[in-house]
Amino acid sequence: MPTILSIKDLRKAYDGGFEALKGVSLEIDEGEIIALLGPNGAGKTTLISTVCGITMPTSGSVTVAGFDILRDFRQARSLIGLVPQEIALEPFERVINTVRFSRGLFGKGRKDAAVEDILRRLSLWDKRDSQIRALSGGMKRRVLIAKALAHEPRVLFLDEPTAGVDVELRKDMWEIVEGLRADGVTTILTTHYIEEAEAIADRVGVINKGEILLVEDKDKLMARMGQKQLNVQLTTQLDAVPEALGGYDLTLGDEGWTLIYSYDTKSERTGITKLLTDVAGVGLQLRDVVTRQSSLEDIFVSLVKEPEGSA
Amino acid sequence: MNWSAISAIYVFEMARFFRTIAQSLISPVLSTSLYFVVFGAAIGSRIDEVEGVSYGAFIVPGLIMLTVMTQAISNASFGIYFPKFIGTIYELLSAPINFLEIVMGYVGAAATKAMFIGIIILITSFFFVDIQIQNPLAMVLFLVLTCVSFALFGFIIGIWAGNFEQLQLVPLLIVTPLVFLGGSFYSISMLPPVWQTISMFNPVVYLISGFRWAFFGVADVHIGMSLLAIAGFTGLCLGAVWWIFKTGWRIRQ
Ligand SMILES: Nc1ncnc2c1ncn2[C@@H]1O[C@H](COP(=O)(O)OP(=O)(O)OP(=O)(O)O)[C@@H](O)[C@H]1O
Ligand SMILES: [Mg+2]
Repeated sequence: MPTILSIKDLRKAYDGGFEALKGVSLEIDEGEIIALLGPNGAGKTTLISTVCGITMPTSGSVTVAGFDILRDFRQARSLIGLVPQEIALEPFERVINTVRFSRGLFGKGRKDAAVEDILRRLSLWDKRDSQIRALSGGMKRRVLIAKALAHEPRVLFLDEPTAGVDVELRKDMWEIVEGLRADGVTTILTTHYIEEAEAIADRVGVINKGEILLVEDKDKLMARMGQKQLNVQLTTQLDAVPEALGGYDLTLGDEGWTLIYSYDTKSERTGITKLLTDVAGVGLQLRDVVTRQSSLEDIFVSLVKEPEGSA
Repeated sequence: MNWSAISAIYVFEMARFFRTIAQSLISPVLSTSLYFVVFGAAIGSRIDEVEGVSYGAFIVPGLIMLTVMTQAISNASFGIYFPKFIGTIYELLSAPINFLEIVMGYVGAAATKAMFIGIIILITSFFFVDIQIQNPLAMVLFLVLTCVSFALFGFIIGIWAGNFEQLQLVPLLIVTPLVFLGGSFYSISMLPPVWQTISMFNPVVYLISGFRWAFFGVADVHIGMSLLAIAGFTGLCLGAVWWIFKTGWRIRQ
């Protein structure tokens, strides 16, 4: 897949000198869905705003399908749709008019069929003549998406699309993103929710304090960091791992009531059978056995956690 | 030029105007009628003619100018301030348009609205006084230039304003006094000499004088000076807009 968005050493210092982006580089392929994960203030919105032309970069370069966002801003911006983090809509305007407005603003001629299609896809068709102020928060978010899609962009930025959105709408939103992918649209979304990244992203980027800490295929990431844990709950409390089990990578948990065994799901032999036999062999009784897959969340937390002593 | 974007902004802004058409028109028409009652009937009965024109008719161009200037400023300043205030400006900034296209959309709409109201006032005044327009072409030219230049000025105020108070500040503290002291309701020649000299520093005097000349062929200053003044003011505003465009002042961080 060709690269559609290329960000090179992008820096952004706000007035007052605060550097919100400290040299971000990122290449995004056409048609992929990438999730940017990061805590509050990481610089996600700043990154998006800079690419979309809302703030000026301090240095570095960004191209969209080869078009420089500053020099060829018309071509570059025509390809981009943006759903902002905060809901910002004209309260007294009618849904269909705001969507038409967006289409016109991006230089596309009036095409009612296209607007109707977008409104239907977002289940807004019935509300097309409602004033924005009469819509619920979730519907307003849909309107923002409809506006972003009105000019048929090739790259869609969703800045925390599911913040404050119920489970139902969140699912809908993921479906919309999937549907757009089928049309070849590239989606870059930011989120605090690990499940969101896990559910729809092809790749995950972790950003913190204006720096990209890691960008990787979600599956690879999960696999690489994807250790599994086997928790063996015991009927007796231990104060140390029995010597006879010293050959395993074991720790004690739950105040000695549980043996925790970490293993790699990818390796050929997990060693579980042998471990359980040996556990029985030293005379321990099992109460329960639980396995736990480490999630993106664990990976995320371990990445953005301050190294010991640096705080 | 992204004409589609300019027209999208224009249409959107005009829709706002027509949505509240009743309010948009009632208030200027009502206040103009009041001016006619107060100045035309009450004061006008004591001053019968100014430079050969009945007082009631004499104040019509000034009244139109007064309303058109304030309307152009408030429409344009509000038009661009509102998106900043509610956050919808993100869309303008991320669209494939440059600042001049944004200006054309907003200023064009604000100027049209002001012009519309100006014409309504002119029509209203026909009910009160008997007026003939000697030079309709010049009248239209002055009206259009005034609408556009004051809308530009209002746009700059809207970009500059950081809150609603500031949005009102410039029109209230600068424009209204200048307009009232600009000879809307009197001829400069009626003032004592000192005030006549001071008035010459008021740019609005030139505009009202020129506009009045188009109606009655009488003027406080030479029509060439009036044209120069309006051209100068327009040029000044365009320069400021160009500078904002170049620096991204108060728009893009
Ligand atoms: N206009 C601004 N002026 C000055 N500093 C700003 C401005 N906007 C953002 N910042 C700062 O830049 C940093 C990054 O902010 P940004 O909004 O990009 O974070 P974010 O990752 O989107 O956070 P969140 O998850 O809370 O939305 C923050 O420290 C913020 O305070
Ligand atoms: Mg943000």
